[in-house]
Amino acid sequence: MSEGLTTVKNAICTFCGCVCDDIELTADPQLGKITKAGNACQLGRAWFLEHRHEDRPTALIDGREATLEEAVDRAAQILVDARFPLIYGLSDTTCEAQREAVAIADYINGNLDTTSSVCHGPTGMAFQGVGESTASLGEIKNRADFVLYWGGNPMEAHPRHFTRYSVNPKGWHIPNGAEDRTLVLVDVRPTQSTHGADIFLKVNPGSDFELLWALRSLVKGRRVDASIETRTGVPLSTLTDLVERMKSCQFGVMFFGMGLTMTRGRHFNIGALLALVTDLNQYTHFVAMPARGHGNVTGADNVVAWQTGYPFGVNFNRGYPRFNPGEFTASDILARGDADALCVIASDPASNFSRKAIEHIRKIPLITLDPKPTVTTSLATVAFTTAPYGINAPGTVYRMDNVALNLRPAFESHFPGDEQVLRAIKNRVLELGGLSPGGAPH
Amino acid sequence: MASAIRIVNGKVYDPSNNIDGVVKDICILDGKIVDKVPADSTTLDARGMVVMPGGVDIHCHIAGHKVNLARKLMPEDHRRDVAPRDKARRSGTGGIVPSTFTTGYRYATLGYTTAMEAAVPPMGARHTLEEFHDTPVIDKGFYVLLANNVCLNQLLEQKRMEEFRQAVAWWLNASKAYAIKMVNPGGDEPWKGRKNSNVTNLDEKISGFELTPRQIIKALIDASNDLGLPHPAHIHCNNLGHSGNYLTTLDTMKTAEGRRVHITHIQFHSYGGERGKNPISKAPEIAAFINDNPNVSADVGQVMFGTAALMTGDAPLTWLLRNMTKSKWINADTECESGCGILPFSYQEHIYTHALQWAMGLELFLLSKDPWRMVLSTDHPNGGSFMNYPKLIKLLMDKAYRDETARAVNQKAIAKTTLLDIEREMTLQEIAIITRAGPAKLLGLKHKGHLGVGADADITIYDELDDREAMFNAARYVMKGGQLIIDNHEFSSDCEGRILHVSPEYDAGIEEKLRPFFEDYYSIQFDNYPVHPRYLHDDVRVPNLA
Repeated sequence: MSEGLTTVKNAICTFCGCVCDDIELTADPQLGKITKAGNACQLGRAWFLEHRHEDRPTALIDGREATLEEAVDRAAQILVDARFPLIYGLSDTTCEAQREAVAIADYINGNLDTTSSVCHGPTGMAFQGVGESTASLGEIKNRADFVLYWGGNPMEAHPRHFTRYSVNPKGWHIPNGAEDRTLVLVDVRPTQSTHGADIFLKVNPGSDFELLWALRSLVKGRRVDASIETRTGVPLSTLTDLVERMKSCQFGVMFFGMGLTMTRGRHFNIGALLALVTDLNQYTHFVAMPARGHGNVTGADNVVAWQTGYPFGVNFNRGYPRFNPGEFTASDILARGDADALCVIASDPASNFSRKAIEHIRKIPLITLDPKPTVTTSLATVAFTTAPYGINAPGTVYRMDNVALNLRPAFESHFPGDEQVLRAIKNRVLELGGLSPGGAPH
Repeated sequence: MASAIRIVNGKVYDPSNNIDGVVKDICILDGKIVDKVPADSTTLDARGMVVMPGGVDIHCHIAGHKVNLARKLMPEDHRRDVAPRDKARRSGTGGIVPSTFTTGYRYATLGYTTAMEAAVPPMGARHTLEEFHDTPVIDKGFYVLLANNVCLNQLLEQKRMEEFRQAVAWWLNASKAYAIKMVNPGGDEPWKGRKNSNVTNLDEKISGFELTPRQIIKALIDASNDLGLPHPAHIHCNNLGHSGNYLTTLDTMKTAEGRRVHITHIQFHSYGGERGKNPISKAPEIAAFINDNPNVSADVGQVMFGTAALMTGDAPLTWLLRNMTKSKWINADTECESGCGILPFSYQEHIYTHALQWAMGLELFLLSKDPWRMVLSTDHPNGGSFMNYPKLIKLLMDKAYRDETARAVNQKAIAKTTLLDIEREMTLQEIAIITRAGPAKLLGLKHKGHLGVGADADITIYDELDDREAMFNAARYVMKGGQLIIDNHEFSSDCEGRILHVSPEYDAGIEEKLRPFFEDYYSIQFDNYPVHPRYLHDDVRVPNLA
C-alpha cells in the first residue's frame, strides 16, 4: 500500500435509502479513487469503487468551458429572466444543497419539485389523507416478529435491508434473528427477495388495492367473498391465515415499494396499506415504511416540508408556497409546456420523463448540476460538474426512516459541491433581482 | 443599524429588577443592555408604549421529526393560511404547525425572542437542529427525551447509579440538548412491546424491566440536580388526560423530595374523577401543592378553543384519542428511545371536557400565588397555537371578558370549576413574569427575561392598549440581540437566532461502556451518533448552576 492512502471508518453510503453508515473506506486521494469499501453491498461497492474524477470542466456554457463565476452568472440570469422557472431533482444531494434550492425557488417565485413525484409521491399524498404508524429501522431490528414487503424487491434494490435492519439481525426482543420472524413478500412475480420468504403472495398485476381492501375487511371481521381469488390471484384461505398472523404478532411491519406507488391505484394503494396498518393497531403494535430509493430523497421531503409545509410539487408563483401534485409536479409541468427554464439537480429527467416532457426540456434554457455526464447534462445551457455527496461533498442525509446522518466524505474534490454552486446562484439571483435577503443567512 | 441605541419614554416592565411600569431609558450596545450609551446614539421613542424583555416560551413543539410529520400531515391547514415572502422574510405557510420560517417570524410578531422545543429523542437531535437553522429570529434549544431510554433504564435496574449519571451527561452532550425531558416515564415499553398498552401508576413494574416509573423519575430528577443543569428535569407525568390523574401528578411532585423539578402542561394532569368517566377539576389542589412547595415549578398547557394538533412522546394517549375522533393519525417509534403520536384536533366550546380543560388552565394561572413558578404555555400546538397567547393574556387580565367567554361555553363544565368565583385580574407586571421573566429564570437563562445591565438586548415594545389581546398580538418594535427585527410593526431585517444548549462534564470512559449496547440494539453506528458541532452554527453553551 502506498503512503498516500486514507481510511474512513463508519463512512456513509448514499446510494440507496438504506444509507448504511458502517462502510470502511480506503481511498487514494491523489488518484481520486476509492480502493476498498468494506461492508458495502454490490450497489454500494459500485458507487464507491467506480468513482472517478470526471475529465470535464467545472462549468460549461452552451457546451463550451466557462469559469464557475460566468456559469453562476448565466444560470442566475436564466432563472431571474424566466416567468415560470422550474427546479427539479434533489434526491441525490445533501440537505444543505436542498435548502439552497428551495431558497432559490422562493426568491424567483418559481416551482420546486423533487424526484418524489415520480417515485413515492403517492406515499406522501396518502400520508396526508391517512397518517402513518411508523418506526425507525432499529425498532424493526429489535422487535419486529412479522415483516412484510409489498411491491418491492429489497434483495436487488436495497441489498442490505434484510441483513442489516429487518430480517437477519438479532435484536433486543428478537434473540434468534430471522428464526424469530415471519417474512412475507407480496409481489406480481417471484424475485430474488421472494425466495427466502416464509410466505409469498403472488398478486395479479393491478389488483393490489383490492387485496389490501380485502385484508382490511378481514381484520375487521367482515366477510370477504371467495371470488377475491379470481380478482387478485390469492386464495381467501391464504388471506385469512395472513390476517391471523398479523393480528397475533407482537410487532408487525409492512415495507412497500414502487410496485405499489407507481401501479394502478397509486396513492389509493398506499392509503389502503397505511389504513390497514392503523387498523391492525387495534390488535397489536404495527408500523409501515416506504422503502425509499435514492440516498437522500427522504431528506428532500423533509427539507421541502419544513421550509414550505409541503413535501414536493411546490409552486411559489404567488410569492408563497402552494401544493398541487399533477399541477406543480415536474413531469406534468414540462409535458404541458409550462416551464420556460429548468434547473435540474442530481437527476436525469431527459432520460426517463415522458416524450412530451423531454421535447419541452429541449426547447427551454436548462441548468444542470451533476457529478456525471447524463442525457440531461448533454442538453444543458449551463452545466456544472459537482462533487458527489458522501464521497467528496459533506452534508446531511436522511435514511428512509427519517434518521439524519452526517456524511464522512473520503477526500476532497476539485469540483464544488451542489451546496456551494446553488448558494452562489442564490446570491447572484438576489443581486440581479435587487432582492435583499434581509441580512439573514436563509 | 447603529449598534448603540437608547429607548426613551417607554414604560418599562422588568420584574426581575423590580421595575414595574416606570418610565426609564434602556440603553443597548453591541447586542447587550448597558447602563449608558453615547449621547449621539440612535434613539427610539417609545412614548405611550410598554417595554418588556423579549418573550420566552418554556414549552412548545416547533422543530424536529415529529413536528415535520405533523406539518406534512396537514396540507389543508397550510392552504388557508399562507405567509408570502417580503423584503425581510422568506415565504412559508402557517396553520397550527407553521413552516420553520413562519414559526420564527410569528413568534417575533408576538414579541417572543426565545422558545424551547420540548421533546426530542436523542436520535432526532440532528434533524431538530437542522430545522432550528431555518427557524429565524428566536433563540432556541430543545429538551431531550430520556425517561424511556432502554440503555439508561438497564443501567438503572442494575443499580449502576454512577454510570447512569455519566451516561445522562454523555447523552446531553451527544445530542446538544438543553434539559432532560421525561414523557410518560416507562410507558414506551408496554406501548411498543405489549400490544399498545401503557403503565398506569408510578409503582407498577415496567414490562421487560425490574423497574418502576417512580425509580426513573427519581433518578432523572436527581441526575439533573446533581449535574447542576440550568433547568431541572422537565416532566410530562404519567396518565396524561385521564380522569383521576391529579393523584399521579401529586405523587410525581412528591417524588422530587424537595429537589428542583418542573412539571409541564400541568392542566392536562390535574383531573379528578374516575378513570374512564368524565373528569372534574382538581386545579385548586394542584395549585395549592405548588404554592406550598417552592422546589416545584410548572407551565400550564392552557387549552384554547379552536384548532390544535396533538404531538407528543405519549403515543398511547394519542391512540386513545384517535379512537374517539377517528382522524388521521401518526405513530412514530424511535428505537431504544421514544414513542410519538400525532393527531389533528380541535377544542370545542360545547364539549364538556374541552370547556373544563379551558377553565382549569385559567384556574391554575389565577389560583397560583407565585407567578414565577406557574408560567404560560399552551403546549403549542397541543392545547392550541402559540398565536393564542394574546387572547390568553386578555383572559387573565380582564375578568369581564373571561366571564363573558365562560358563560358562552359548556355550563356543566364551568359549574365544576371555581372560575367564575375568581376575582383576580393579572397586572402587566404579572404578565411580564409568566411570559418572560419567569420562564427565563426557570430555564436558568441569566441573560434573558430581564432588562438589567448585561442582559441580551432581546426587547419588545408594545403599544399600550386597553384591549390586551390587540396589544400583545403585534409588537410595535422587536429587537433581537440589539438588532431591530420589527420596526414600527414592519419586519425590517432577519436573523438566525442562536442555539442554547448545555454540556455537563462526564467521564469519557462511559463511552466504551455504552458502545456495546449501541452495537447490539441501535441501527446507526456509535461513532455516527453524537451531533457534530457544525450543527450548532451560532450557539450559546449555557453554564451549569454554580
